[in-house]
Amino acid sequence: MTPTPRRWGRRHVLHSGAAALGGIGAGWTAAAAALPDTDPAPPTGGTATGTSGEAAPPLGGRTVSFHGPRQSGVATPPQSHLALLGLDLAPGVGREGLTRLMRLLSDDAARLTRGLPALADTEPELAGRPASLTVTFGFGPRVMREVLAGRPGQVEDLPDFATDELDEAWGQTDVAVQICADDPLTVTHARRMILKDSRAYARMRWVQDGYRYAQGTVPDGTTMRNVMGQVDGTSNPVEADPDFDALTWSSEAGFTGGTFMVVRRIRSEMETWDKVDRAGREAAVGRRLDTGAPLTGTSEDDVPDLEAVDADGLPVIDPASHVALARSTDPGQRIVRRGYNYTVPDASQPTGEDSGLVFVCFAADVAAQFVPVQRRLAQSDRLNEWVTTIGSAIYAVPPGAAEGEFVGEGLLT
Amino acid sequence: MRTTRSITRGIRLGAVIGSLGLSLALTSCGSDTAPDTASDTSSDTSDSTSSVTDAAEADGLTITDPWVKAVDDGMTAAFGTMVNSGDTDVVVMSATADVSDMVELHETVQNDDGSMAMQPREGGFEVPAGGDHELAPGGDHIMMMGVTRPLEPGETVTLTLTLADGSTTDVEATVKEFTGADENYQDGEDSGMDMDEDSGDN
Repeated sequence: MTPTPRRWGRRHVLHSGAAALGGIGAGWTAAAAALPDTDPAPPTGGTATGTSGEAAPPLGGRTVSFHGPRQSGVATPPQSHLALLGLDLAPGVGREGLTRLMRLLSDDAARLTRGLPALADTEPELAGRPASLTVTFGFGPRVMREVLAGRPGQVEDLPDFATDELDEAWGQTDVAVQICADDPLTVTHARRMILKDSRAYARMRWVQDGYRYAQGTVPDGTTMRNVMGQVDGTSNPVEADPDFDALTWSSEAGFTGGTFMVVRRIRSEMETWDKVDRAGREAAVGRRLDTGAPLTGTSEDDVPDLEAVDADGLPVIDPASHVALARSTDPGQRIVRRGYNYTVPDASQPTGEDSGLVFVCFAADVAAQFVPVQRRLAQSDRLNEWVTTIGSAIYAVPPGAAEGEFVGEGLLT
Repeated sequence: MRTTRSITRGIRLGAVIGSLGLSLALTSCGSDTAPDTASDTSSDTSDSTSSVTDAAEADGLTITDPWVKAVDDGMTAAFGTMVNSGDTDVVVMSATADVSDMVELHETVQNDDGSMAMQPREGGFEVPAGGDHELAPGGDHIMMMGVTRPLEPGETVTLTLTLADGSTTDVEATVKEFTGADENYQDGEDSGMDMDEDSGDN
């Protein structure tokens, strides 16, 4: 498959310790830096020096700054691995408890994203490979309503969608912590530290693990494929787009640089999907399986022509196909998708497993950008026959924290 | 200062150290601290080298990553790395805290029978010029007994360190939940005050 050219490189990588420190301060979202030269044991395979004299830093040493006016893990190009934690605050935990919790967790994130052990880290050796680790925090509607009443960034519960078959096991929680990195052991360690430091104030309800292509498997910027084989995430807004900021970041006073996160756990019905032939699969989505191009085009980025008809006068792209319904003539009905595949054991399934998509998206205004699209999809998307949403949640994602501050400080104090 | 304390009053806490610290740290800690008479002489030398300057010893001392184990009551400990950016050695002689009336500088030593015990560090904690001195579970630490209120994760506790020249420095330590040693701290509560070694790990 020919990689589709993208408008952005995956990450900028700086090479010297001094430059890396500068990079941490200067580039707070997608910019990244190599760790200062303190790594005790760089893997020999990662330090090959080319004829130019520039060493290619090992993937594990890459960092994404935790601090900045906006949280990382939103505009950050998606890393390979996800652990999304859904936490419920313990009974009686209010503003003071949430403040302490966020102070602890922000400190953990600030250190771990730099490749440093967390405070009182019992496995400090697991912290040395940040692998572009990001930790992103969100507060659910109940927390905003009850703990942060009257503060900006209020968020409404998502409406019911007709085709949802929600399982509370994957339902709305008080707090979400999105942990992403290019190495699964890095994610595991960060997740353990976060959970250890949460337990005085919160209880874990669910963890949604997810994966994309591993780093290096495909060129940077390649749209991922989901477990159904589809190219998934085409025409996603990226940071370089002129309207990215308006689509993504809130401008509400006191919440500027915040955003909102929608999490939907979408099971793929692989048993019945297996019965569908290739033409049927492409018709359901309105895109070719090989390139991800719309059925009216030749490359992934081609704009679907929903007016095109075939020799028989029938639409080339079914008006009830996923692409026809997901697209809108309103450019404001766009979201930043940042989903991950999941696969978990499930003895109730004939194959013994349940797989699908941990759909994660961010939007400055969920009601305007996401809900209308999801209503159209719920109503008539042909793909609904093979996908079922079993979990649904929404979170206010507070603005980022400056060095020495914690996420949510502006709302909590 | 409680200069009359004897080393044999140290609290036996094989179990406490085992759960507080990494088991790997025990052997190295024991061998490092076995010649515990060395600490007294080292503090003497630092006194002589620092006498020529008016600068307070505390001026160059900072504590990196200070933290205290969360407890509801009883005993707990403070940890962190003491860093001396000055050009003379300094010695931390004692500590006080806003949540405990009895704070001691403790070291961990190996008994003759091979078990680990912590005991007051005679002569204090030396921090060499331009160097550091780590306080960590399983090693040297600042022991806080009879904690006056629950210490909640995420809050901060203020400790004041007093150096050999009488200067002091305040430390804001973050309270962190730390799984090890809960029951052992509580068991050790009685012995922590002024009892003998035989009641420490009952």
